[in-house]
Amino acid sequence: MLLRHTHPEIKPRSALTVNPAKTCQPIGAMYAALGIHGCLPHSHGSQGCYAYHRSALTRHYKEPVMAATSAFTEGASVFGGQANLLQAIDNIFTVYEPEVIAVHTTCLSETIGDDIPQIVSKARADGRIPEGKYVFHANTPSYVGSHVTGFANMTKAMVDYFAESNGRKNTTINVIPGYVEPADMTEVRRLASEMGIATIVFPDTANVLNSAMTGKYKMFPEGGVTIAQLKQSGSSRGTIALGTLASGSAGLAMDAKCKVPCQTLNLPIGLHDTDLFVDALHHMAGVNVPESIDLERGQLIDAITDWHQYLYGKRVGLVGDPDQLLSLSRFLTALDMRPVYIATGTPAGKKYEQSLRDTLAGIPDDVQVKVPGDMFLFHQWIKNEPVDLLIGNTYVKYIARDEDIPYVRFGFPILDRMGHSYFPSVGYRGALRLLEKILDALLDRKERDCSDIAFELVL
Amino acid sequence: MLALDGKDPGTVRRKLLEKYPPKIARKRDKQIVVNRIEPDGTVPEIQSNVRTVPGLISQRGCCYAGCKGVVLGPTRDIINITHGPVGCGFYSWLTRRNQTDPEASPDGHNFMPYCFTTDMQEEQIIFGGEKKLRQAIQEAFDNFAPKAIAVFSTCPVGLIGDDVHAVCRDMKEKLGINVFGFSCEGYKGVSQSAGHHIANNGIFTHVIGTDDTVRAGEFKINLLGEYNIGGDAFEIERIFDACGLTLVSTFSGNSSIDQFANAHTADLNLIMCHRSINYVAEMMEKKFGLPWIKINFIGAQATAKSLRKIAQYFDDPKLTERVEAVIAAELPTVEMAAAQVRPRTEGKKVMLFVGGSRAHHYQELFSEMGMRTLSAGYEFAHRDDYEGRRVLPDIKVDADSRNIQELEVLPDADRYRPRIDECRAGELAAQGLQFSEYDGMMTEMVQGSLIIDDISHHETERMIAMFKPDLFCAGIKEKYVIQKHGIPLKQLHSYDYGGPYAGFKGAINFYEDIDRMVSSRIWGYLKAPWQKNPELTAKYAFE
Repeated sequence: MLLRHTHPEIKPRSALTVNPAKTCQPIGAMYAALGIHGCLPHSHGSQGCYAYHRSALTRHYKEPVMAATSAFTEGASVFGGQANLLQAIDNIFTVYEPEVIAVHTTCLSETIGDDIPQIVSKARADGRIPEGKYVFHANTPSYVGSHVTGFANMTKAMVDYFAESNGRKNTTINVIPGYVEPADMTEVRRLASEMGIATIVFPDTANVLNSAMTGKYKMFPEGGVTIAQLKQSGSSRGTIALGTLASGSAGLAMDAKCKVPCQTLNLPIGLHDTDLFVDALHHMAGVNVPESIDLERGQLIDAITDWHQYLYGKRVGLVGDPDQLLSLSRFLTALDMRPVYIATGTPAGKKYEQSLRDTLAGIPDDVQVKVPGDMFLFHQWIKNEPVDLLIGNTYVKYIARDEDIPYVRFGFPILDRMGHSYFPSVGYRGALRLLEKILDALLDRKERDCSDIAFELVL
Repeated sequence: MLALDGKDPGTVRRKLLEKYPPKIARKRDKQIVVNRIEPDGTVPEIQSNVRTVPGLISQRGCCYAGCKGVVLGPTRDIINITHGPVGCGFYSWLTRRNQTDPEASPDGHNFMPYCFTTDMQEEQIIFGGEKKLRQAIQEAFDNFAPKAIAVFSTCPVGLIGDDVHAVCRDMKEKLGINVFGFSCEGYKGVSQSAGHHIANNGIFTHVIGTDDTVRAGEFKINLLGEYNIGGDAFEIERIFDACGLTLVSTFSGNSSIDQFANAHTADLNLIMCHRSINYVAEMMEKKFGLPWIKINFIGAQATAKSLRKIAQYFDDPKLTERVEAVIAAELPTVEMAAAQVRPRTEGKKVMLFVGGSRAHHYQELFSEMGMRTLSAGYEFAHRDDYEGRRVLPDIKVDADSRNIQELEVLPDADRYRPRIDECRAGELAAQGLQFSEYDGMMTEMVQGSLIIDDISHHETERMIAMFKPDLFCAGIKEKYVIQKHGIPLKQLHSYDYGGPYAGFKGAINFYEDIDRMVSSRIWGYLKAPWQKNPELTAKYAFE
């Protein structure tokens, strides 16, 4: 047994988190910043954070993940990190020549109270920021929220710093895709372009964190939203923010700052939430939905009816990030599956928890939801009454192995398989992929466990 | 005139530094040296263990990583609670491949697949985290019944003034198990190295020598600075077993806290990773009289040499005979494996920029394959790891590392027992078995090779452009950067999820992995046919 100390008896815990279902803010901010073209993320803290965040993202994507750090020493930690950040800005522009530096903070610089805007304006006044280049920032204290909060803060900073209204409305629509994979960002853009809609997608890590090997390393890959596009986003016709936790605040900021109306939707994972996304695009842009999208939708429904008998009534345990969990639960219930245990480490709030409970209202089982909860508790639930399927990040594999439960990797981080950066899980196509993965896991198990006599050629 | 792969070393250094602002160039200049071994064995001075340049993109991590992640992480039966926001505990959760065998402990405890954290919130930053920490220790005790709990401080803990040591003392008293804390805040020192030192001090103060049980067995040794990445320690254990050596403790691969507790009953300390554990070795020598020698089990020849050193120390014909028998039985297979890969590896150029010891050790394995180390460096080693311990008296502790505590250690009134007298030590030294000595990486590298401390991303890029090595060795953050250039990178921290690479079987694994990487067909397929010949000269078939 890998998790041999996890006992079914659930004792109340108020102080000790065991096997967290979240990580800290700055990694989300780093990920978001990588979705800007020509941007170098910068971690204003001691260097351990940036090393960990780069490593974790690298393990997830198997791609270079670039960032810099202020490399605090004990002296800077006591007297403030201004000198470190100024020197970093100098060195970064001289040596690495990015278009923009996106500064985020850590628990260190937040606890000592470094004033980043003041330091950045000093850097500008000192002439340390070359003409036409940018430094912007988001405060990302690690002791508040989770990596999702960090992503949201950096995404909102993109609006706060760059979006500007030119006084008239362009035909573009902003799509804030949420804390999703590069392939998902490509997929939302593709769906919109299938409808003939020009979009500004931000952040956009496609072709940054799933780039090609050409024999020539590019420190700043082709992908990413450009600063020019971010500026124009303030003149778009509307904004669709996908995922309340990750994108909601940026969407609202856009509305407040540039009067671009914003609609916040669930992540377009599964049938319903993709429907709502496509319908929102249809209304916002005033365009018809083409037959090609009807086809994709119809194929998904077709596949669900084809395979429904293997899905029906299956109990599922889910652990991950709030936006994903909500849409995924809605998708699973549409498949007549039963998401019975749900845990996220992110403190997503009462309102969020209520939407999750509403989604699960029709399930006859004793449903357990913990927001914020950890994977230790999640595992204890399973010990008390098992499930038929687990969906979660790579850490869930320890539970899956111990309890011998079929398991689908989904979420962040996935450190031990490929696919998540290349194939979407949003949109109708993404839903088909999720369906395939779920069925593979369930049917592989069925065929592993059944007798020779019951073994079948056709399913 | 020294040459570096046909290039003038002066020009190479200039190219590495030319893009830097002058002040940075002056600093980095001292951390980049061309190796030159003088007839008396001395090498040039290299600046190391100094602060990281902000914004330059270093490979380094922090003090917490060195303490919790590296030294204490591999011990299976201590509950390690990270006191801080969630990140530090999360990122150090199962990401170093310290294997362990819980069945080897009678109680079967293994907390390594778990991450324990106080998950500090804003409230604790404002009002202090001691109360939550105390409660977290209680909950760890209630839920897991461990025999020891260790607490690791992260950046904000030092700033808000939580006294983790006082909390640990109280809880130790209350729970009746060993509870101890580490002030390993990430900003301490300049790298992981400070964390090693803090971990060494803590384990020495709170654990080593707390159990005087003398275990059965002869030729008792401790293996220090071996973390069982990918099963390295298992392979070394296998060899020790075959030789008839008794392993009392390993710091800290495949380890249990009980082993640390009576490590002082052994007769010899063997140091694998000098950087991370030399403090414990020094302190054990002072307090208990255990001598230490530097050994290296990376590379088949190095393994044989190290085993012979151990036999030489114990000077027992039976042991010597068994050691020779083991070497005779194992070496031919390894040499055959090396001969098989050599046609494809001979003469290939390699660069190694790894942590604080492997950049040196792995040069042995590469030379066994006929590969040439053009350049090497450490993230966080000190001058003694580069230049040898002979320079220790000349090393000045700078302002950034001055606050790392040096424990004052005195001989233990009852338990100090010199294992070897001065006369015998002198004899052995004359035969080449040096105690408390490590000659460093540079003395074993070829003249003219380039040594770079705390290499930056920029310098890495320049080295790739200038030398086009056949293989680069570093870590996960560098791996895909280098591979985008079409050059394979071998991770020498995680071993790319392979291993073991230590000992005799490890050597064979390594040869095979390196052969696979440098010989892979894929590096030849980076260009599409139409990219090789972009001029459109083809005709349609129907024309």
